[in-house]
Amino acid sequence: MGIRFILMVNKQGQTRLAQYYEYLNLEERRALEGEIVRKCLARNEQQCSFVEHRTYKIVYRRYASLFFLVGVDNGENELAILEFIHLLVETMDRHFGNVCELDIMFHLEKAHFMLEEMVMNGCIVETSKANILAPIQLMDKAS
Amino acid sequence: MGSSIMDSLFQRSLEDLIKGIRLNLLTEPTFISKSTDDIRREIKSTDLHTKSVALQKLTYLSALYGLDMSWAAFHVVELMSSSAFAHKKIAYLAAAHSFHAATDVSLLTTHQFRKDLNSANPFEVSLALHCFSIIATPHLARELTPEIFTLLSSSKPSIGKKAVAVILRVFSQYPDAARVCFKRLVENLESSDPHTLSAAMGVFCELAVKDPKSYLPLAPEFYRILVDSRNNWVLIKAVKIFGKLAPLEPRLAMRVVEPICEYMRKTGAKSLMFECVRTVVTSLAEYESAVKLAVVKIRELLVDDDSNLKYLGLQALTVVAPKHLWAVLENKEVVIKSLSDADPNIKLESLRILMVMVSERNVAEISRVLVNYAIKSDPEFCNEILGSILSACSRNVYEIIEDFDWYVSLLGEMSRIPHCQKGEEIEHQLIDIGMRVKDARLQLVRVGRDLLIDPALLGNPFLHRILSAAAWVSGEYVEFSKNPFELMEALLQPRISLLPPSIRAVYVQSAFKVLIFCLHSYLFYRETIACSPSSPDNFVSESKCPGSDSAIVAADCQQDEVFNPRASNQSFEDASTEDVEDITVTHAQIPNSASLGKDGFTHESIGNLLNLIEVALGPLSGSREVEIQERARNVLGLIELIKQELPGLVKKEGNFEREGLKFPKIIELMHDAFSKELGPVAANAQERVPIPDGLILRENLGDLEMICGNDQLPTSSSFSFGIPHSKEKVGLPQSKGESSEASTESTSLLAEHRKLHGLYYLPSEKNDVSNDYPPANDPKLQDNLNDDAKDLVKLTEQSLLQKKKPNHAKPRPVVVKLDEGDEAPIAAKKLELKEDLLSGAVRDVLLGNEAVSTSQSNLTDKSSSKRRGKEKLNTDHPSGPKEVLGDVGNPNMGNPSSRRSKHHGHGKERRHRSPRKKEKEREENGQKDKQKSSHRHNRHKSRQRAEGPNNVVTQTPLIPDFLL
Repeated sequence: MGIRFILMVNKQGQTRLAQYYEYLNLEERRALEGEIVRKCLARNEQQCSFVEHRTYKIVYRRYASLFFLVGVDNGENELAILEFIHLLVETMDRHFGNVCELDIMFHLEKAHFMLEEMVMNGCIVETSKANILAPIQLMDKAS
Repeated sequence: MGSSIMDSLFQRSLEDLIKGIRLNLLTEPTFISKSTDDIRREIKSTDLHTKSVALQKLTYLSALYGLDMSWAAFHVVELMSSSAFAHKKIAYLAAAHSFHAATDVSLLTTHQFRKDLNSANPFEVSLALHCFSIIATPHLARELTPEIFTLLSSSKPSIGKKAVAVILRVFSQYPDAARVCFKRLVENLESSDPHTLSAAMGVFCELAVKDPKSYLPLAPEFYRILVDSRNNWVLIKAVKIFGKLAPLEPRLAMRVVEPICEYMRKTGAKSLMFECVRTVVTSLAEYESAVKLAVVKIRELLVDDDSNLKYLGLQALTVVAPKHLWAVLENKEVVIKSLSDADPNIKLESLRILMVMVSERNVAEISRVLVNYAIKSDPEFCNEILGSILSACSRNVYEIIEDFDWYVSLLGEMSRIPHCQKGEEIEHQLIDIGMRVKDARLQLVRVGRDLLIDPALLGNPFLHRILSAAAWVSGEYVEFSKNPFELMEALLQPRISLLPPSIRAVYVQSAFKVLIFCLHSYLFYRETIACSPSSPDNFVSESKCPGSDSAIVAADCQQDEVFNPRASNQSFEDASTEDVEDITVTHAQIPNSASLGKDGFTHESIGNLLNLIEVALGPLSGSREVEIQERARNVLGLIELIKQELPGLVKKEGNFEREGLKFPKIIELMHDAFSKELGPVAANAQERVPIPDGLILRENLGDLEMICGNDQLPTSSSFSFGIPHSKEKVGLPQSKGESSEASTESTSLLAEHRKLHGLYYLPSEKNDVSNDYPPANDPKLQDNLNDDAKDLVKLTEQSLLQKKKPNHAKPRPVVVKLDEGDEAPIAAKKLELKEDLLSGAVRDVLLGNEAVSTSQSNLTDKSSSKRRGKEKLNTDHPSGPKEVLGDVGNPNMGNPSSRRSKHHGHGKERRHRSPRKKEKEREENGQKDKQKSSHRHNRHKSRQRAEGPNNVVTQTPLIPDFLL
């Protein structure tokens, strides 16, 4: 499994979205998120985007006030994951129009839905923005 | 009904909830708990919409605020079966978030999953697949394998690619699914849809990482993709897969190295380029030209301004370093410069590279550079550096250290670095080297002295452990000390009150050793000189030392002789080590009477020494720490005895007249005890200590428990523990009747004690076992245990001495190693059953594949007709498919002729699985038997084919000709 979890965390360290592809119980999740946030948020823009943590490698990127953190296996290609993060942000941008933290807070399910289209069981399965957004647009129309 | 309408009318939506949380920032916890109460009420509603909103809110709170939602599992299942897509969506998200292997209601979801996976609505299928990929249990995976199998070749690419991705989870939960699905998964490699292909490559990449061997037969497919694909995601995966396969098959490596280099040269995508670099340096390191190209690319990364690329470049360099040192040397400046990068991660990587480079030749140089960096660095990185120097140098029992004097000095230097927090490790190494490397002891004592006499170091708590080691080394190897008086002063300086009690105890004990050494030298030195040249026998009879045989005494003489010249050399402090050693050697051989005159021990100096100790240790005899108190009292007791008798000591013709004096005898005994060498202890030494014949733990400890149970005893009584304990050690046989009585009585006493002093006990479920041991951490017993440990050390040392034969490598001092390894025994790795099953299943299928594809041209009918007979035999057998399982579990039993042994394996296999599950499985199999006899047939065929070459394949995988 390439991707183990995806987190979106704001500057204050509050989790805004958490998607795990392996089961961790709630305490483990809280602990993991806390540790990662402490490690990554302390780093500045000039420092590299990769942090080793426990058995994971965290690849992260900051967009405005939001940190996108992806936990991967050690062998995973870090640069590809960075591209993936960028793709995710671009996709959200296209849907919400200049995506911000509030969009994700109030449309958490949509964000999850996009992720589901992009990542399945830790594998990246879709990289076309149009394809990712098509079902959501359909659903929006229906409702 | 009325209430539910009210609920739905006045229910807060998720949006309301989120807004509410934002408004109530200060009282967030109260607000959330209030909302949870609402949710608990709402979720019971019969109205599905109310229920779904409640669940939606609950999931939100659980995911982002860590609220427990396991109690709502049943509601989740209920909502999953709603026909409305909006409800389903909420329910599936909730399930994916909160269900896990132990959620029992997940059993109830089987039917719903089946229904949704078969749904005509692709969105429903997609929802179900996603949820399934996260929460699938072995049960679900087994039940739903047919559905996934169908979806694998779905006409809708959006579904097909997801099914492909899910298959990984199915395989991990239910390996036998590979027998059904694997072929179709392979077919997806030829899919025209780029995303399906990408997903399939992702799956194969994961599979190949776990067990590359099984996927070798698919190399041609992967090769085609590697060459043809234009999608970087797919190419990265392909390169990764070949990174795993190439080391197994040299011909394959030869074949792929060119395309991979091509990508490395031409691609514009850094991610693909880096993947190629990484694959070349890890798996294709023998291909000189490829590595050269990779190193060029690494250099590009290293000098890039982007810290990400720099980091990755350093990482790649770490991988190249062991095999191609030149690559690091070429980039040496960059690496060294990175040591002071602004990014701690980059610093760490460059440190790792340097540590990989360390060898016998450059260890001194690299350590020098690093220690200089450590002094300048921030505390965290400083300790990172020190830690890696320590671990690199001590690797494999100091494998790379040739000059121990240098290393010991380095340890001393590291201790003085202000940020040093590696006290524990340095302590361990100082003592370890002392025990293992005889030749390093002189330097150890020097370094120890320097540390001990510096009063400033006592103020730094991180150094206390190091000081403890220094004190121990100085005491244990005091014969190498230039000036025992100075040492004694250092050990007894007033500032040692800053040390924690356990370390002060070490100081006191070391002072004791030094004292014994001084007294012994004073008393026996002259007479040794007088006797040893003439007749040693005389001396032995004269000394009349009970318990010490002539050999030990002789050894002692030698040690004294070794010491004396050293003591006499006090004035020549500048003398180099070699000089001193030379002198030592000559003196050891021919005792030189000239050194007599310069002997540092006079009647007066000994008197001063005794006074000094008395003054320093006097206050400690009232210490509240038993360990310090006891040791101080021991020393003081001895001094008292000596002081009484010292005036009676008169010189007679250069010898002491010792008739009627007790203390010289005591000193000699003590000295013998201390001069016994301590050796390193193997981690598994304790296991090898045989239990003495007379020792029956339970009985003796029965006594002990009685005393323990009586816990109103005053603290001072802790000393009395020595009595029953020592009895036990000696193994005196006890009268049985008495002790068994005691043990029954004592059980209750012990329980009582446990209740009162629970915190001293190790937590254990096995109460009956704990009866057999003394309370492990009882501080009262500490000193007994310490003695125990010492005994153990001696004991094991003896047993080791017989075994080991140190090889005298000329240039390097002898380092004592233990035959059976110094590391704790590593438990044999258990093969992961499921992995094993999966790779077995995959291999079966693949080899079946192989046979089919090669036989396509000819023979197809023949071979299958040949097998038909056998196949029938198998299908008739009631537990056919399970036999396959057995096969896989025991790869050696792939021989078709050994049917009986296969059954054996089958039986073994069963033990791993729960009987309940097995029953079910059998039923299942029976059912499916009828349903899908066609698949079955297929499977059997492939298995039949696989059986024969199964063993062969593991060694020489079949690589199709085109790769040659």
